Amino acid sequence: MLSLTSPIQTPAHGWRAGPKLAALAGLTFALFLPAPGWPALAFALALLAAAAITAGGWGILSPWARLFRPLWPFVVLLIVWHAVTATPLQGAVILARMAAAVGAANLMTMTTRLADLQALVLWALSPLAKLLPAKPLSLAIALMIRFIPVMADRAAQLSTAWSARSPRRPRARLVAPLLVSALDDADHVAEALRARGGAL
Amino acid sequence: MERNLTHIALFAAMIAALGLIPRFEIVPGIGITAQSMGVMLCGTILGARLGGLAAGLFVLVLLLGLPIWAGGVGGVGLLATGKVGFIVGFPFAAFVTGWMMSRLPASIPVSAFFASVIGGMGVLYAFGIPGMAWGLGKTLNEALVISLSFIPGDLVKAVLTAAITAAVAKARPAALLSRG
Repeated sequence: MLSLTSPIQTPAHGWRAGPKLAALAGLTFALFLPAPGWPALAFALALLAAAAITAGGWGILSPWARLFRPLWPFVVLLIVWHAVTATPLQGAVILARMAAAVGAANLMTMTTRLADLQALVLWALSPLAKLLPAKPLSLAIALMIRFIPVMADRAAQLSTAWSARSPRRPRARLVAPLLVSALDDADHVAEALRARGGAL
Repeated sequence: MERNLTHIALFAAMIAALGLIPRFEIVPGIGITAQSMGVMLCGTILGARLGGLAAGLFVLVLLLGLPIWAGGVGGVGLLATGKVGFIVGFPFAAFVTGWMMSRLPASIPVSAFFASVIGGMGVLYAFGIPGMAWGLGKTLNEALVISLSFIPGDLVKAVLTAAITAAVAKARPAALLSRG
């Protein structure tokens, strides 16, 4: 299953999604409160360390650490920027805050089942029922998740077919056939849904 | 109804697939993948409403924790990085791209190019640059300078979006809902 939820069961898997998300929101808010340099840095680093220790205690430290990958370009950018402007403390605070917020949020994502989060979102959106009705929305979420591997497979097939015929790399040439197949799939799935009583 | 729903879901899946396949990296390297081109294509093909909803569904499922952002990451943690504005801006960018696409009087590729530049670049930067300023603790001007490096890659994506939209319109003329 394509998901970031850790297959290793942790105590937090059993906690309810709502309070977990609320606690995360509270922590992140506290993290970004205006504060002088050193205390802000200490608080952010302490939170990051706490998240790392928690992940380590639950045996999910390395998959958790892997999720920091998208931060690297920002890390490089910030280090260069603050080295040039000679404001290392300010740069360190920004970096530590970002790492702590991302680390805490990823810990929540890894220990919460997708279905629980989805239920929470549908509940949170229930006041908007007229604008975003829950049933089609949950069907759309399910369909999308189901079709991500289908589309990724199809893209891989198109790419293999291309490689068999051309020494060059396919790049953007494959997007048009991928889209045409998505449009055809959408029509087929719509017919299948209608044949089974419709989306509502 | 069913058709709208499946179009939204499948195009959201398409944006995800574009980020999952490293071979679709237009410019090798981090962040410059075909994913924001997927957002432009949602607008130029599905139109404002469906395209915006497809990009919105992608963002919702991304934040729910599916690793579908380019490079295989996801979850609410992304909102604490410099990417926050770009993520939030996706649905709006697709909506405006689709809206422009249905109103520009030029031929399909020309309209798709300008719609992508206005929606997929102008609107997306309007969200992305303040988000980057906030996420990286910079001023708006500083974030603007950093974002200048995205412009060449995004212009290439707008050109590709124009070509792809024209190709799709040729293959499935009835499917170009933005001009329906």
